[in-house]
Amino acid sequence: MVAKKGGSKGMGAAEDAEEELARTPLQAIILADSFTTKFRPITLERPKVLLPLVNAPMIDYTLAWLESAGVEEVFVFCCAHSKQVIDYLDKSNWFGQPNFSVTTIESHNAISAGDALRLIYEQHVIRGDFILVSGDTVSNMSLSQALKEHKERRRKDSNAVMTMVIKQSKASPVTRQSRLGTEELFMVIDPETKQLLYYEDRGDNLKGYLSLDKALLTDNTSISLQNDKQDCYIDICSPEVLSLFTDNFDYQHLRRDFVKGLLVDDIMGYKIYTHEIHSSYAARIDNYRSYHTISKDIIQRWTYPLVPDVQFFGNSATKLERQGMYRAPDIKQSRSSKIGPFTVIGSGTSIGNNTEISNSVVGECCSIGSNVTIEGCYIWHNVTIEDGCKLKHSIVCDGVTMKSGAALEPGVVLSFKVVIGRNFLVPAYSKVSLHQQPIRQDSDEELEYADNSSGITESPSVSGTLDLLNEEERTELPDSQAYEVGDGGVGFIWLVSEAGQEEEWRHSVAPIPVDKLVAIMQISNDEADLPNEDGAFLPPSGELGPDSITNDSNEDAEDIRDDSVIFEREVEATFQRAVEEDVTDDHVILEVNSLRLSYNMASADCAGALFSSVMKLALDAPHDSPNELYKNVVSTVRKWKKLLKYYLPSIDEEIEVILKFEEMCLESAREYSPLFVQILHHLYDQDIIQEEAILDWASEKEGAEESDKVFVKQSEKFIQWLKEASEEEDED
Amino acid sequence: MNALVNEFIIKLKKRKIEGSKTTAKLTAEVLRSCISQQRLPQTNQADALIDAIRGIGEKLIAANPVELAVGNIVRRVLNIIREEDVSLTAAAVGGLGISAGSDDEDDVKPDDHQGLSAAAVAAAARNTLRPPSLQTLLEDIPQSTAVPRTSSSGGDSEGKSKSADKNSTSKKLKHNVIEAVNELIQDIATCHEQIAEQAVEHIHHNEVILTLGNSRTVMEFLCAAKEKKRSFRVFVAEGAPRYQGHALAKELVARGLQTTVITDSAVFAIISRVNMVVVGAHTVMANGGVIAPVGMNMVALAAQRHAVPFVVLAGTHKLCPLYPHNPEVLLNELKSPAELLDFGEFSDCLDFGSSSGSPLLHVVNPAFDYVPPNLVSLFITDTGGHNASFMYRLIADYYSADDIVVKQKSIS
Repeated sequence: MVAKKGGSKGMGAAEDAEEELARTPLQAIILADSFTTKFRPITLERPKVLLPLVNAPMIDYTLAWLESAGVEEVFVFCCAHSKQVIDYLDKSNWFGQPNFSVTTIESHNAISAGDALRLIYEQHVIRGDFILVSGDTVSNMSLSQALKEHKERRRKDSNAVMTMVIKQSKASPVTRQSRLGTEELFMVIDPETKQLLYYEDRGDNLKGYLSLDKALLTDNTSISLQNDKQDCYIDICSPEVLSLFTDNFDYQHLRRDFVKGLLVDDIMGYKIYTHEIHSSYAARIDNYRSYHTISKDIIQRWTYPLVPDVQFFGNSATKLERQGMYRAPDIKQSRSSKIGPFTVIGSGTSIGNNTEISNSVVGECCSIGSNVTIEGCYIWHNVTIEDGCKLKHSIVCDGVTMKSGAALEPGVVLSFKVVIGRNFLVPAYSKVSLHQQPIRQDSDEELEYADNSSGITESPSVSGTLDLLNEEERTELPDSQAYEVGDGGVGFIWLVSEAGQEEEWRHSVAPIPVDKLVAIMQISNDEADLPNEDGAFLPPSGELGPDSITNDSNEDAEDIRDDSVIFEREVEATFQRAVEEDVTDDHVILEVNSLRLSYNMASADCAGALFSSVMKLALDAPHDSPNELYKNVVSTVRKWKKLLKYYLPSIDEEIEVILKFEEMCLESAREYSPLFVQILHHLYDQDIIQEEAILDWASEKEGAEESDKVFVKQSEKFIQWLKEASEEEDED
Repeated sequence: MNALVNEFIIKLKKRKIEGSKTTAKLTAEVLRSCISQQRLPQTNQADALIDAIRGIGEKLIAANPVELAVGNIVRRVLNIIREEDVSLTAAAVGGLGISAGSDDEDDVKPDDHQGLSAAAVAAAARNTLRPPSLQTLLEDIPQSTAVPRTSSSGGDSEGKSKSADKNSTSKKLKHNVIEAVNELIQDIATCHEQIAEQAVEHIHHNEVILTLGNSRTVMEFLCAAKEKKRSFRVFVAEGAPRYQGHALAKELVARGLQTTVITDSAVFAIISRVNMVVVGAHTVMANGGVIAPVGMNMVALAAQRHAVPFVVLAGTHKLCPLYPHNPEVLLNELKSPAELLDFGEFSDCLDFGSSSGSPLLHVVNPAFDYVPPNLVSLFITDTGGHNASFMYRLIADYYSADDIVVKQKSIS
């Protein structure tokens, strides 16, 4: 189809493309290993791509999509549990498809996507442009448009090696967190050519500001910085990509190393482009949270035709009923049981009396007893749940038995064949497996490719694992103390490190606790206060109640007062950073000036804001008595004298500073009020504030109300002294 | 053979084949090749063939239960096999009848018997199987009593003739069935023209025609009237969310028709100016109810309110012998919500991570509507115009009552 369109224009080049298209079948590489440990402990026993997603293995979704998108040749790269993957593909008949050949490439020592691609390069199987996806991608997009764009760019510029598929998503941090559990992604894209210029997928580590190379601005006429895009991890690559991986043998991660590497490297001039999809669906299962979200998207039919009631490949037929309820025809369901909306019940499952199931996926051949409550769970195949169990927002793998009265709190993961004892309550976010937790645990995600973590993922073959298992059972079964999962239970609860515990909620299938949502909102509010947050503009947190999730309505209410408040906060933040990172005065001046321009403020405002920042800094320093506080002020002012002086070219600014100080003493920093005169005197001594300013301030205040004159009165003596001094001077 | 069937099944499963006409044609072609490759035993050939086709048909129907055209064609082919079988035995026995004693019936000449077309004999056979239909009563069929009588009369000599003709009949059955299936495929291919031929009788000068969505049959129908120098105007309701009406409008304008595109929701407002509603259908059920693209029920109700004739065009391959209340009839398919909403824009409403874990926003995108028979004024098929209440008779002409449930007999 692609070629036809080009050919009809009668261009020579287009005909070439047509020939080229005819010569090489469209190829794809599926990485059937994610090279991460996010699905532990489940992935110790079964590779991630074979985990059921709404009762069909993930890889079936990927393969079915590739096949329907017109890919003819697929190479499945298997690493961890490669035998299981190959066995599955063999059994499920993927190898015997007409016009769709599936070949497996096996490796036992690849520990990253980079290694995998280097290995594939050595095999010389890729002949033309290819699609690179991981085996956990769910999509229904049509590749023809993206491929056509990619090929056209390639014809014009052989350095355009890769096209990345992206999709719009709401930029709200809550949505991002609650949907896919990913970090904030920043991309700089040339709006004209769609070239990708900058990629940062660790937005949460940036502490709210983003530094771009200024070359980006000089080299390109226009750029757009976007944080509302979702990376679908679907790449259309040229064969050069493989050789690039071979040349740069230290490339491991597709995004962090390869994409960033290419973007930084300007010697070779390789370019990456983006293709945005609108109506079709594409997402990758990266963690339990995205597993949950994508399951729900499938049930809500966004991935049509990859939905449970369409037999896209080998999955058993279910019938769609009202309110998104999918039931296989041959289930045994008690009359008194209730099945809620958006629930899938696999074939051969039996459900007892008064059992309630809602928002869940139940696999094949499960037996669920009476009076069971299942809410938001993913129950895989052959699971036995006895009477009176309560399950909430959990993942229950194949062959698990839950004895009567057992309960799961939100976020629990029960790995294969675990037995939960009678009336045992599994605590929230815990992971239970028959395997002992590996002793060397990688808490640091950065090290996920390091050999120790992947060594465990790949080493035990299936039979080996089972032997190990049996041994364990034999030796440890009599000693029931070894298992921590209740009376008659079998399984170990994995310990999570202290730091990990805090983060568990991010990537679990359980709904995010309300307090965490509020925290995310607050973080985002704070971020908005910083100068580099692109466009996101929020009123000060005082106005935004912690419960309000959307802030759109407040944005309209912005006024000048808000502007000046925000300007002050930004100046303060800049100053804070200057203090922390030891930035020179010149740079601070530069930044404050740019802020002043962007908020359209007078230099008096700068002076006031900067002064209050300095005073706050002094206040933040530890102090016990007013005396110590005064000393703090003295030292801080000494340090930043030059900066302050820069913004005080005339009397007006100085008056502004005094007014500001007065305001502070009244409102935000009452500790200063007894020290007002002392500090004012000090400022006078340091030549930061001249006597004319103080006198003007005093005369200005004369007409004011009594309440406003507190500090004038306080400093009456000082002013008197000043006046006398000046008179003396005059007399001289 | 299996490879071919499997490939077709996979295509059906993945919803790669769209439109009932294409589906019907492909189904017929697949079944034709199955029949030609089927090995037949010496005795009971028809039964063996029927059983084989039932086996395949069962799988095909299960592959995409929403596309009723598959089942229709499987049943049609089964009926063809039955009819050909009956006509073959009738011909064989009839041949016998000539030699045994043509004196039995003076009014029937031997030539008549031999010249009898397979279809006519089949129709005769049908008459014996069930009460006579209006159509068969009207059709002048020579000897409806020929079949039962000859079978009783030629008792002693039957075995002799069968052994002699065995080889030829075995080939003949297959050959005849394939011929008939070819005719069926031909019929499916030409149903548009057959229906379009009747356009002039229904569309008059200066009329306003309303249609919804895009149907090839409707397009051909309107264009045929245009070619016959009728001048009329067409209102096209766009048919959200797939907006196939836009494509139809484009096509009609290209053929020189005065066309107006309206939104689906404007149908009721415009219906009082319309002289006739002409629409296509997905399937016509045995009770005369219509499964049609979503929005059709609303159009039909509007037409009824303003007493505007509601005409449904449907090729005979769309006639389904099932009733809408049959459990195996899947009336609807829910498509992707992406056709209604942009996923990116609404991703914050589809939030599964917060609160109860179930989002407040649901999107339902059904593909079809069911229009009850009392709302349909007229059906126009390849064979002419019919009332909704007549559909069951028409369907009885094409399907055997034994094939309503397509299931292979136990493989004992």
